[in-house]
Amino acid sequence: MKLRLLVNGEPREADIWEGESLLYVLRERMGLFGSKNACEQGECGSCSVYLGGTLVCACLVLAGQAGGSEVVTVEGLSEQGRMHPVQEAFLEAGAVQCGFCTPGLIMATHDLLARNPGPTEAEVREALAGNLCRCTGYEKILAAVQTAAERTGT
Amino acid sequence: MTQAPIRERAVTPDGIGESVGRPDGVPKVKGEFEYSSDLHVDGMLWGATLRSPHPHASIHSIDTSETGTMTGVFAVLTHEDVPGRKVYGMEIPDQPVLAWEKVRYQGEAVALVAADHPETARRALEKIRVDYEVLDPVTDAEAAMAEDAPRLHLSGNVLRRVDVGHGDPGATAEVVVEGEYEVGMQDQAFLGPESGLAIPHGEGGVDLYISTQWLHVDQDQVAESLGLPPEMVRLTLSGVGGAFGGREDLSMQIHACMLALHTSRPVKMVYGREESFYGHVHRHPAKMRYEHGATRDGQLVYVRANLLFDGGAYASSSNAVCLNAATFACGPYDVPNAQIESHMLYTNNPPCGAMRGFGAVQVCFAHEAQMDKLAEKLGMDSVEIRMKNAIEPGMKFPFGQEVPYPAPVREILERVRAMPLPQERESMGRDLRELPGGVSNTTHGEGVRRGVGYAVGFKNIGFSAGFDDYSTARVSLSVEDGKPVARVLTAAAEVGQGLVMVQAQIARTELGVENVVVETADTRIGSAGSTSASRQTYVTGAAVKEACEKVRERVFDLAREEFGESDGLAIEDGNVVSDGLVVAPLAEVLGDAEISETVEFHHRATHPLDENGQGDAHLQFAFAAHRAVVEVDTELGLARVVEVATAQDVGKIINPLALEGQIEGGIAQGLGLALMEEIQIDDGRIQNASFTDYLIPTILDMPPVKIEILELADPEAPYGLKGVGEPPTIASTPAIVAALRDATDRDLARIPVRPEHIVGLEVKP
Ligand code: FES
Ligand code: FES
Repeated sequence: MKLRLLVNGEPREADIWEGESLLYVLRERMGLFGSKNACEQGECGSCSVYLGGTLVCACLVLAGQAGGSEVVTVEGLSEQGRMHPVQEAFLEAGAVQCGFCTPGLIMATHDLLARNPGPTEAEVREALAGNLCRCTGYEKILAAVQTAAERTGT
Repeated sequence: MTQAPIRERAVTPDGIGESVGRPDGVPKVKGEFEYSSDLHVDGMLWGATLRSPHPHASIHSIDTSETGTMTGVFAVLTHEDVPGRKVYGMEIPDQPVLAWEKVRYQGEAVALVAADHPETARRALEKIRVDYEVLDPVTDAEAAMAEDAPRLHLSGNVLRRVDVGHGDPGATAEVVVEGEYEVGMQDQAFLGPESGLAIPHGEGGVDLYISTQWLHVDQDQVAESLGLPPEMVRLTLSGVGGAFGGREDLSMQIHACMLALHTSRPVKMVYGREESFYGHVHRHPAKMRYEHGATRDGQLVYVRANLLFDGGAYASSSNAVCLNAATFACGPYDVPNAQIESHMLYTNNPPCGAMRGFGAVQVCFAHEAQMDKLAEKLGMDSVEIRMKNAIEPGMKFPFGQEVPYPAPVREILERVRAMPLPQERESMGRDLRELPGGVSNTTHGEGVRRGVGYAVGFKNIGFSAGFDDYSTARVSLSVEDGKPVARVLTAAAEVGQGLVMVQAQIARTELGVENVVVETADTRIGSAGSTSASRQTYVTGAAVKEACEKVRERVFDLAREEFGESDGLAIEDGNVVSDGLVVAPLAEVLGDAEISETVEFHHRATHPLDENGQGDAHLQFAFAAHRAVVEVDTELGLARVVEVATAQDVGKIINPLALEGQIEGGIAQGLGLALMEEIQIDDGRIQNASFTDYLIPTILDMPPVKIEILELADPEAPYGLKGVGEPPTIASTPAIVAALRDATDRDLARIPVRPEHIVGLEVKP
């Protein structure tokens, strides 16, 4: 089947098999490998993208269901090559080791700060509890979110 | 000759000792970093693996006829198609590339398919008919030892046994404590799945882009099974999404290459999460019986231990784990008499091998529980008893090796004890998110009890027991766009830990240049050894350092040729200086020259243990102590770690931010083993091959970590440094369990501790 999406502001089209997930289409059909597949079960958050403005696990969305929608992936966060403050904060805080969890965590943080510009530590932990990281022990991620909140907050 | 005064000795920015950022950091946060599961070339096929549903079975036949005719399917391969050696393995090649005659664990690879879509490949696998005759599986190590147990390998079921005998075997003591401890099977659970891309390179060989911990050991094994000379199999490191030991063995490497060579097409293989649980080795489950004897004032007299490890179906690195466990079984203590038996058995459980901590984790859980038991029996403080028995440089380990300087066991314990405890807070009325169980908690803190526990552990850094452990580095220096640029090439695997920046930091410090490019690791250069045993900063770091030193000498030769004899030459801030005065800019000295040096660094030789388990087996020892504070909701059986404090000796801090990252990440894995992580096996079958059922700590589970670092230089090591990756994972687990015991007064002799072990206590008034 043919699928049309607006991805990171650009209209995209792909020929897909109807069983494919949004994650598969973004990665394998559109070459956007920033969203990661670490479980394909909605457990790790590595595949988090915005679908029509809502953060979803792209691995749990059937691509066909997303037809015609607007999708924003981690690749869509930087503007004209300039990193988003959340991305900068992750870098500076040392929140990136292997980095496999990073795109998902950056999307989740972006979403959290959009909803709640000044989250408490407990709120950050609750909001990011769906994103697994195996390398960092989360301390630096927490620090990154706090830095990003300070910079993007009002 | 230009001469300008230099005010003070310039320190090259972003050299060692600084929190230098990752060169791969920007692409990683932008989602542009290419992991092995992101590899893509036009016309590539997808490989998939048929795995055994049975933990133990004979194979009578494999029928692939239905599969071969499916559209979109380009290859179906079985053991008959393995061109070279039909088995592989790092220490003992005992694992079939594809099973024939027998399968020995559930999930063993039996056949391969290449197709134009992953779904086509999956459906093709369903059409392969394997005629199995199911056999009774041997499902635990004790059963495997029985006389009448089925023999799983020709060599028998005992994979390895190491005995360590030290002092008087008949020693007796005034006070004796005994215990039996058990450790469940932990998974590395790296997030980036096993994956890679194999591309036939047209001359009969293959290029493999892969995430691994050790390119050259992969290359040797892949080439052997493909029946090709190693140089025909070229490996390039792709982006690695974590490793923790789980990528030291092969997974899909040979399979992808076989499919690529068979179809003459690029073939990509990516495991899903479930397959990943079957596709790599795990941490060995252990059963350990201990007896400690001490004087009435708490001085250890003897330790007797019987360690039993389940190696699973194939050897992997079990040999070395068995030896490690035997040598660390007594802990970092002065033990005058020790009798240790360490047994490693083959079973029909999933194969076990390397995971962060490598044999030290299991025994640390046991010896630290024993130390607490002894302290309790004697009415002593748990830190005091450890300090009293702490090992010191100049003493002998029970395995006969002299304890080298530094071994600051007492000091790290003192440090960790001196750190202020987190304030105790009323549990009633607290934000539910700060109670055990979080918002899903159904009580409000009535049954919450707090506990504090300590533990100390240690481990070898680098490969041991006579292994020729080395790394190769090539450093080149030339002028690019008017600026001096150093290029560093090694085959060392960056798996997330930050070796890429460490290599660059060393080159900046040694060569005084700002621009350093760390090239992608591949097999164009000699082996760097494994990214394991916390060894890369030491061993590859030393190779890079020595190569830089040689390059620097040649720069000085050039400077002397061009500018005449001068003393006290150095490179500072992009200039060649003599006794602090600038001779010439480095770029001018270099001109068109490219200076390149390749160094193979071998660390001091180690030796195998003799028949009494005695020998200078290890290169370096790293120590860390932990203190955990926990809260237990005794009505719900839920625990929350409030804080972990740690003190660790690292010799020299190379990158403070990265060091903290290693410590915090290692503690998270230690917390996971203490509280939640276990591959549940029933009758040889994994019950929880998913992140839904195999739980790893989330950001809600991780407490704040307080860190104190000691920098006691190891005189043998580059910059005096010690490996840092593993020590955080070793004593953090027993510290957390000790805190749980403190809170609950329960024995807790098995990890992970489950809710039923800590629930239903009487609430203290
Ligand atoms: S890959 Fe989608 S949640 Fe894990
Ligand atoms: S940095 Fe490796 S999983 Fe988070």
